[in-house]
Amino acid sequence: MARSPLRFLVLILAISICHAAGIFHPISDSHRSAALDLFKPVDGSFASLEEAYEALRTFEVLGIEKTAELSKAICKSVLGTLESSSSTPKDLFHALGVNGILKCSSKEETFEDQTSKTDLHLSDAEGTFRSIKALSQSDGRWRYSSNNPESSTFAAGIALEALSGVVSLASSEIDQFMIGAVKNDIVKLFDSIEKYDDGTFYFDEKLVNMREQQGPLATTSSVVRGLTAFSSVITESLNLPGDKILGIAKFFLGIGIPGDTKNFFDQVDLLACLENNRQVKVNTVLGSHAPPLTVTLVRAFSSSARDNSIIENQELKFDPQDAVYFLDDLPASFDVGEYIFVFKMLVQDSEQQTVYATGTLTQVPIYVTGLIKIENAKIAVLDSDLGSVETQKKLDLAGESTVSVSANHLQKLRLSFQMSTPLGNAFKPHQAFLRLRHETKVEHTFVVGSSGKKFEITLDFLGLVEKFFYLSGRYDIQLTVGDAVMENSLLREIGYVELDLPEPPENASRPPPQPVDPYTRYGPKAEITHIFRAPEKRPPEELSLAFLVLTILPLFGFIIGLLRLGVNLKNFPTSAVPATFAVIFHLGIAAVLLLYVLFWLKLDLFTTLKTLCFLGVFLMVVGHRTLSHLASASAKLKSA
Amino acid sequence: MYQRERERERERDYREEMARSTGKDAQALFHSLRSAYAATPTTLKIIDLYMGFAVFTALIQVVYMAIVGSFPFNSFLSGVLSCVGTAILAVCLRIQVNKDNKEFKDLPPERAFADFVLCNLVLHLVIMNFLG
Repeated sequence: MARSPLRFLVLILAISICHAAGIFHPISDSHRSAALDLFKPVDGSFASLEEAYEALRTFEVLGIEKTAELSKAICKSVLGTLESSSSTPKDLFHALGVNGILKCSSKEETFEDQTSKTDLHLSDAEGTFRSIKALSQSDGRWRYSSNNPESSTFAAGIALEALSGVVSLASSEIDQFMIGAVKNDIVKLFDSIEKYDDGTFYFDEKLVNMREQQGPLATTSSVVRGLTAFSSVITESLNLPGDKILGIAKFFLGIGIPGDTKNFFDQVDLLACLENNRQVKVNTVLGSHAPPLTVTLVRAFSSSARDNSIIENQELKFDPQDAVYFLDDLPASFDVGEYIFVFKMLVQDSEQQTVYATGTLTQVPIYVTGLIKIENAKIAVLDSDLGSVETQKKLDLAGESTVSVSANHLQKLRLSFQMSTPLGNAFKPHQAFLRLRHETKVEHTFVVGSSGKKFEITLDFLGLVEKFFYLSGRYDIQLTVGDAVMENSLLREIGYVELDLPEPPENASRPPPQPVDPYTRYGPKAEITHIFRAPEKRPPEELSLAFLVLTILPLFGFIIGLLRLGVNLKNFPTSAVPATFAVIFHLGIAAVLLLYVLFWLKLDLFTTLKTLCFLGVFLMVVGHRTLSHLASASAKLKSA
Repeated sequence: MYQRERERERERDYREEMARSTGKDAQALFHSLRSAYAATPTTLKIIDLYMGFAVFTALIQVVYMAIVGSFPFNSFLSGVLSCVGTAILAVCLRIQVNKDNKEFKDLPPERAFADFVLCNLVLHLVIMNFLG
């Protein structure tokens, strides 16, 4: 037991399996298999030269073999692009990149033809350098073009790559002063770097109004690409802050395995750049071997007692076979619990100190787990008045046996046990619960209190009668004891207790409704019968018909009365035209009344009104003619 | 004693005479009204007859509602109000057509009749809409 904690340290430095923040995994086989999945060629080749370039570079960096057919297909498209005269500079750039990786055979002349046709006029290298430099800004970022006032960090990366290309093609002509100015720009660019709390650094765009917003991944990778390209072409070295480079590496490793081909390519390309410049930590980011280092365990302390460090300044020994560093002997006082280990790495060879950048102090949380002893567990039923034990049974928490006790509301139930660490210290687990569950699935949970090593809980049923909703019957007892560092955490049904509680009084609270089986929620529900409004009582039909006849009677009375009065139609115009008009007038009135009847029977108001408009106008015209004729006739009579 | 009986007799006779005269007066009044009415022009009599017809119809509808209850109340209202409305329009027509009425001396009766027809048509449109 005392020596087993030693070997666990082996694990951290090897591939860092610990699930703790601050540990960044180097590229591993899972990356390689993900790369093969992502960069799948379609129909034997890639959709565009840009994709082909990204895929091939990723494969090259990760060390994945390419199939022969794939290489042939890509070479064909590359040669086609290089030989055609209408390729854009972007296509040519990608084609040349692919060619550099695959080394497709071709005629040398085509290259020279193409380079003379490309837009890169090397005759004026200094002028080109100046014009690119002119687009830079004071905060280290670059503008995309002289017309566009927006600046971006991504553009800075592209600009640095372009500048390095210019310098590599015509290095003798560039003034050292200009190179110094670019180096100042790079320093200013690093001032704009952003960081997360866990020590990762990254570049991101400040403004959000870009048309094509590049994410932090693409931005950072473009900047680092530019930096590495630039540093490879200039004679003296760039002094970049080591911790920031380390932070950038951590950022990219912390991503894990990206799902998008572009992000994947960015990540892998950047890590390759960093690798080539040899600026990484204990394991280099791509997993290659570290140079000889001294790794010191500066401090180790328990997370609860940060001031007392248990180990101080222990040097870790190197095991050349496994390429890991391990701690030889650990003090015997290492008990189970949560600790934090602080490491420091120094490169032994002083020459290589400038080449490698190491982190300063790395903190690693460690969990030391072990088997916790639980002993002396017993359950007892006590009489509340005297405190005497009525029944007591021993519990075997490690085994499978269950106990059964019975109690009434005047008694108490007591559960007790003892817990201690392997080294004999008191141990307080994160969880120590006792749960009583009734047959009707009503549950009650209690926390088991502790004092030192002894854990005990006493349930006084007299006070809990109301809480238990007066439900008598069988309660299953479940004990839960658990902790992160406890290897033998337990969740066990330890038996049942038959509780006899008194009858509930009138105003006792009901137990809360238990959750319903979720499938019944969507089952058929009770049928609702809609109660319609009872129709009003109507009079008997005969009565209504009788009164209908009665209502029509006065009309007949009117007609008979008219006849008795001796009405005549003498005033009806006799000559043709007025007579026609008179007839039409009467017909018009009849038509309107008929329209009203139709309206009542089946028409709606809108059609009625529309028709009424026409009829009304017609009637007015005709009526006017008729009545004016009558008026003039009677006026003639009067005057005559 | 004999005097008192005679007084009572005289009172009785007086009362009988009063009653007879009241009855005779009422009859005379009625007769005078009838004769006066006979003198009205025929047109006005037609309008009066029309009015009586309308009111009578309204009365029959009210009696029906009193018997069976006012369940489709809108129908009852529209029925009654159509009768009452047309009666009112007839009254207006009578006033305007009456030659003895100084106020409407210059209004030609045909014009009044045209108004009557138009207003009746509008009234009946509304009534039909409300009838339901």
